[in-house]
Amino acid sequence: MRTNYLWSLTVLGLGAASMAALSAPAPAAGSVSGKVTFTGTPPKMKPIDMAKEPSCASQHETPAMTESVVTGPGNSLQYVVVFVSAGDTPAPAPTQVVRYDQKGCNYLPHVLALQTGQPLEIYNDDQTSHNIHPLAKANPEWNKSQPPGTPPIRATYDKPEFIAVKCNVHPWMHGYFAVIGSEHYAVTGNDGAFSLKGLPPGKYTITAWHERFGTLTQEVTIAGGESAPVNFVFKAVPY
Amino acid sequence: MNTARAQTASVGKLTGNAAQGKKYYQRFCVGCHGVDGDGSGENAPWIEPKPRDFTAAVFKCRSTPTGTLPTDQDLYDAVSRGFVNTNMPSWFPLMEQTRVDLVAYIKTFSPRWEKEKPGTPIVVPPETPVTKASVLHGRELFSKMECWKCHGPAGHGDGPSASTLTDSKDNPIRPYNFSAGMRSKCSTTNAELYRIFMTGVDGTPMPSFVDNLTPADAWDLVHYLRTLQPAQGVEAATWHEWLQSAPAPSMGTGGGR
Repeated sequence: MRTNYLWSLTVLGLGAASMAALSAPAPAAGSVSGKVTFTGTPPKMKPIDMAKEPSCASQHETPAMTESVVTGPGNSLQYVVVFVSAGDTPAPAPTQVVRYDQKGCNYLPHVLALQTGQPLEIYNDDQTSHNIHPLAKANPEWNKSQPPGTPPIRATYDKPEFIAVKCNVHPWMHGYFAVIGSEHYAVTGNDGAFSLKGLPPGKYTITAWHERFGTLTQEVTIAGGESAPVNFVFKAVPY
Repeated sequence: MNTARAQTASVGKLTGNAAQGKKYYQRFCVGCHGVDGDGSGENAPWIEPKPRDFTAAVFKCRSTPTGTLPTDQDLYDAVSRGFVNTNMPSWFPLMEQTRVDLVAYIKTFSPRWEKEKPGTPIVVPPETPVTKASVLHGRELFSKMECWKCHGPAGHGDGPSASTLTDSKDNPIRPYNFSAGMRSKCSTTNAELYRIFMTGVDGTPMPSFVDNLTPADAWDLVHYLRTLQPAQGVEAATWHEWLQSAPAPSMGTGGGR
């Protein structure tokens, strides 16, 4: 009897919940968007000498450049990770796989953002062996070799962290995994623009992270379906 | 500091006691590894490679896959064996119980030991016979896996990337020079040598090859690596027999002697 009683309660509860969901649509979600720029003098990026790896050097008509500070028109700043660092409700890890490539002895993209628990696949598109060595601190640090033509390396990270990635064979290779604890994040393109969509009403802390210039944060309140403008200005230092 | 983090260690029939281990640590280990286990003891500035930082819980010599914690036995073996070519001596003269107590205490320095279990050890299957074919295939793998990029064409630790290598704390680090002896940091036996490149040496540039080598491949590589070392084992004898009639070796395929 007791079991039946519990069952009926559960069924009633589920029914009520789905009714509520149908009759009262979720409040309109807002968004945060803006641009990341810098003031001051950023360091100049340098050409990479890949002479020791001819199979990679030949893939670049002009030498590949270092990417730790990449700027665009109007002092815009690329490869800045903008994300909700507080105020967000935890979202389950997406099942969609994110892809990271080693091509021409470079990492593509230079900064890869993904959510905690999200599956990651790392590909070697080159004719040389790489070792993938993400220098994690909060997450386990592993280091795996990946000869040409081998299947992708699969990994997930459970804790939010900015993880420097390097290849010890090719010391010029540098990249980042930005493991974010929220489903709302973006990496700026060359125009420095970003947009975080689907934010329900509430108060949020928005953080912008750059590998050389550190982090900036701003508070923002979303009331309804509006798009809140948020801009970040990093202070660039030349070295 | 870490009294709250009770830890034990289990090696064979012995159980380690962290409180006991602390006393031994403060007598034998603190000078290099530091009071807080972070590898910043008073001798640390004068030492290369740097003493292990136990707070990171990243360990070089393991039986477990890259990125996972080592077993108690792995830590016990490391303490007992010492690390050749470094300032870490063998602590074999200490009683077995003392070494197990030390392992228990080392595990109090990182919260990882409370949240994670050691990885599942990589199985080392029985060794295959040392044959010419095995040594030659090992040499092929040494070239194909690009071991020589760091370890050098003849295994002297002088490959094209050697001079650029740094460990995970950005300290310069050298690839192993096979001609320097028969022992390496984590190995004396063939089975231990097998394990090194399958598990990788965490915290250093040496990656794991377990996803890229079959057990048969791995034994072939072990047999070839032994020919790069000075002692005249069965591998070297097999190799030299072959060398009598062999063409001159080329770059990236190993040199022999």
